[in-house]
Amino acid sequence: MSNELIDFVLVSVAMLGIGIYGLSVKRNAIRMLFAIEIIINAANLNLVAFGRFLPHSGGQTLALFSIAIAAAEVAVGLSLIIVAYRMYQNIDIADFRSLKG
Amino acid sequence: MADVVFLALSVITIGSAIAALEMRSLIYGSIALMGTLGGIAGFFLLLDSPFVAMFQLAVYVGSIAVLILFTVMLVKRELIFKKVEDKRRKFVGIALMLVFMVALGSIIMDSGIKTITTDEPAVDFRNIGADFLTYYWPALILMALILTSSVTGALILARREDENEQRTD
Repeated sequence: MSNELIDFVLVSVAMLGIGIYGLSVKRNAIRMLFAIEIIINAANLNLVAFGRFLPHSGGQTLALFSIAIAAAEVAVGLSLIIVAYRMYQNIDIADFRSLKG
Repeated sequence: MADVVFLALSVITIGSAIAALEMRSLIYGSIALMGTLGGIAGFFLLLDSPFVAMFQLAVYVGSIAVLILFTVMLVKRELIFKKVEDKRRKFVGIALMLVFMVALGSIIMDSGIKTITTDEPAVDFRNIGADFLTYYWPALILMALILTSSVTGALILARREDENEQRTD
């Protein structure tokens, strides 16, 4: 293998930084979901990379668990966005202030 | 040292991650997000774990990205293109990103993992199946329950109540 562990970890750090930027700057709910997806993928990349270089099968197993849970999270998040959009006619999170319907 | 395939994949992945957040239209943004997820699948292939790569392609690129695309299309047209953010907040966000990258990057570069390489063969994917069914079986069942309940919850949340009342008569 010509690639080293440090390369993958640095790509993962870059993606984590981009995700944090998106979460802190954007106010569009769907774009914040994009940022969360990017952070989750950085974590998965770390899991698989460390699992390859140890080598141990636990990294890939946990990455599979993480992907499945992320799918559930996205489904619930998108339906929450749809409900909020129906309620406020907007997807700007600055408008989602009151919790009552 | 990294090879050419790795460099190309990292440029695709990071570039389309930035594009997903900065594109003006949300539709193009979600297509760029698909590029990021596919790039991560390519990294998994480079790491000799084809099973996780195919799972990533099936779950992320196949279902999650398409789900996001359809949700974007449900939203009103002018909201897709509208971009609300103030300048100062953006500068603070970029500063936060740079601080995180530099701090974490320097910590990692100083640590011992810089020298880790491996010549050992990759983990066989049969071991993953064995792991799932022996050591991790309670977690597997719990994950199935969580997936079922969350998808049911999503369906219940997104249902329209006015149509439901008409159907019950």
